[in-house]
Amino acid sequence: MAAPFVTLDQVSFDGRGHRALDQVSLRLSARSTFILGPNGAGKSVLLRVMHGLLQPSAGEVRWEPMSAAWPSGLAAGTPVGVGDTEKIATKTLSGARKPRLAMVFQRPVMLRRSVLDNVMYGMAAQGAAVGMAADIAQRAPAAANIAQRAQDVLARVGLAHLAQRPARVLSGGEQQRVALARAWALKPDVLLLDEPTASLDPHAVRAVEAIIREIAAAGTAIIMTTHHRGVAKRLADDIVFLHHGRVAEHTAARQFFDEPVSQSGRDYLKGDLE
Amino acid sequence: MKISIKRRWFAALHVFGMTAALAVASAPAQEKFITVASTTSTEQSGLFTHLLPAFEKKTGIKVRVVASGTGQALDQGRRGDADVVFVHDKPAEEKFVAEGFGVERREVMYNDFIVAGPKTDPARAKGNDILEGLKKIEAAKSPLVSRGDKSGTHAAELRHWKMAGVDPGKGNAAGAWYRECGCGMGAALNTAASMNAYVLTDRGTWLSFKNRQDLGIVIEGDTRLFNQYGVMLVNPARHPHVKKESGQALIDWLVSAEGQRAIAGYKIGGEQLFFPNAKP
Amino acid sequence: MTSIAASFADAFALTLSLDAQLYAIIALTLKVGITSAVISAVLGAALGAGVAAGKFPGRSMLIVLFNAAMGLPPVVAGLLVYLLLSRAGPLGAFGLLFTPSAMVIAQVLLITPVVAALSRQIIEDAWREYEEQLTSLGVSRARAALTLLWDTRFSLATVGLAGLGRALAEVGAVMIVGGNIDGVTRVMTTAIALETSKGDLPLALALGVILLGIVLLLNLAAYLLREWSVRRYG
Repeated sequence: MAAPFVTLDQVSFDGRGHRALDQVSLRLSARSTFILGPNGAGKSVLLRVMHGLLQPSAGEVRWEPMSAAWPSGLAAGTPVGVGDTEKIATKTLSGARKPRLAMVFQRPVMLRRSVLDNVMYGMAAQGAAVGMAADIAQRAPAAANIAQRAQDVLARVGLAHLAQRPARVLSGGEQQRVALARAWALKPDVLLLDEPTASLDPHAVRAVEAIIREIAAAGTAIIMTTHHRGVAKRLADDIVFLHHGRVAEHTAARQFFDEPVSQSGRDYLKGDLE
Repeated sequence: MKISIKRRWFAALHVFGMTAALAVASAPAQEKFITVASTTSTEQSGLFTHLLPAFEKKTGIKVRVVASGTGQALDQGRRGDADVVFVHDKPAEEKFVAEGFGVERREVMYNDFIVAGPKTDPARAKGNDILEGLKKIEAAKSPLVSRGDKSGTHAAELRHWKMAGVDPGKGNAAGAWYRECGCGMGAALNTAASMNAYVLTDRGTWLSFKNRQDLGIVIEGDTRLFNQYGVMLVNPARHPHVKKESGQALIDWLVSAEGQRAIAGYKIGGEQLFFPNAKP
Repeated sequence: MTSIAASFADAFALTLSLDAQLYAIIALTLKVGITSAVISAVLGAALGAGVAAGKFPGRSMLIVLFNAAMGLPPVVAGLLVYLLLSRAGPLGAFGLLFTPSAMVIAQVLLITPVVAALSRQIIEDAWREYEEQLTSLGVSRARAALTLLWDTRFSLATVGLAGLGRALAEVGAVMIVGGNIDGVTRVMTTAIALETSKGDLPLALALGVILLGIVLLLNLAAYLLREWSVRRYG
């Protein structure tokens, strides 16, 4: 079992009068971890606390610096992503940089500009932030590279033909694919996804699933919440099952779907919880 | 992405820069000008439009007239916001000079007040006696519009009420007949025309007023209705920035033979509005 | 009694007469109005974005103040600026009273709160939608504010037009601080007030129709610009 890349230590979160997370302790190490649970279990809150969008009321979240322990095999020197000379160069330095996180939300947030500009926006923001960071290992991609990388990523999600279309006129499924492209273009070490297929039709769900699979294969760790058991079965290595803000179980996916350890897990799979 | 941001910023800066340039370009060129605080009655009679071009042509000094009421014009003089004050309220003007805000009071011209009112004259006030007329209007409680704004006209009106021994405020609950509008001469005339009321006005404004409706001249010719205009330079000792040479040039021209001739030459419908009476 | 139809005819005739004085007044009206509107739009949008995306003590109080300032009576604003710019006042040395600059200052004072209050609401609504995603992308607060401003540009443009409309319609403040000086600070609205005072109601009405025509043309131009933008950017 690989060493954990993120640790949650007795994390609690109190929001709007009730305790959304209750003393959650987790150590994630799998390439792809899916968080399951009934409505109101605290899945979305857990994801946001991990990302840093929400501050825990108690406990702490620790992301390990990049190292050989990472599932992405970065430090091991495997080239990742598209035309990726910077990444290869990184491994020769101490490699102890902070992991890059990206998140895709249930409802894709499209800026009022073209699809291509949306994808480039994320990279430009990263470039700007990096310019101020002392971490010289992360050189910001040059302007021309940004446009090229954006085009490539859009091609990989099958939306190259829509590059100049105003992003807001796209369908829900297409917008979600743009959001994925935008996140992927950042070459994140971890991709967090909050029920990304919740409001999509089956065709769009399949397209999104294929993209997530590709991103995972390219070396990004996946942490995803979903109600969609089929996707979870196909993509997950590990399952974290949440119930009433507590971790009811954290097991390998095959184990969970065959024979859940917890009673609530069993009830959930039977369909008795929702 | 960086390129389109730059383009956007250039566009925004361009618009802003053009606006700023526009604003700056509209700042007054280094022309010579003076600010004259005067009254609505003088401006609305059209006198300045007739008079000032001759002065500007002769001296190259542009005259900017700010027309409000006598009270406000004198206040502008006290604050130093004008170089010259040209109003028609002798007691107030003399006080202005006595308090050190003005250099010297020169008389320039006069006209007379008249009382305009409904042609049907419900109060039977018609005639050439202002005091009798006012008494009759008060007795009949016929509607009368007053400026109520510390203007020269208003001051004159109050003096006449006092001389007639009548208090228009008495028996006037809720503005039953005596209505103070706190407004300029033109606005007062508009109001009187709409209400078919009496109103004290100077002849100059009356002659150039176009919205008379059913009003006509009711009282005129009383020597007490004499309306004297005076001009004063704002005291540079009090306000060092006052343009005293240019301001004095205007005053000197107004009282000169040429200026006095120009004043006499202003007529509407063949009728002369102002009568020059400057003492040399 | 002046008929409305007659004033439309008068307005038309006036416009065609190419009267130099009228066109000078129209030019000054547009200069003062557009300058005020642009400055207010920039200031107001910046203030609105700052308050919308910012977190600082007294923020709620500031929002209440801006909303209240939308109701600032023009004549009060005029009086305040008059006292400021008067020779007897603190900024008298600049000699700005009775100039178009004074009119712009007074109007900016009036219009900026409107733009700020409305754009704050617009940007705050947009921020609510974008906040999580932008934070996740690591966008700085400053960059986020700029992104919000650009993304809400159509709604903001409408607010800007509201500001321009207010500027062109304003008479109370510009009368006091401008003095309605012929050839220097006389704009359409003060000219209309003057002609009304002189009892020349037909002329006043005709000028009013011309002013409305100008406002209509400006709004039409803005609408067409918007349509084109929407087609390009979505």
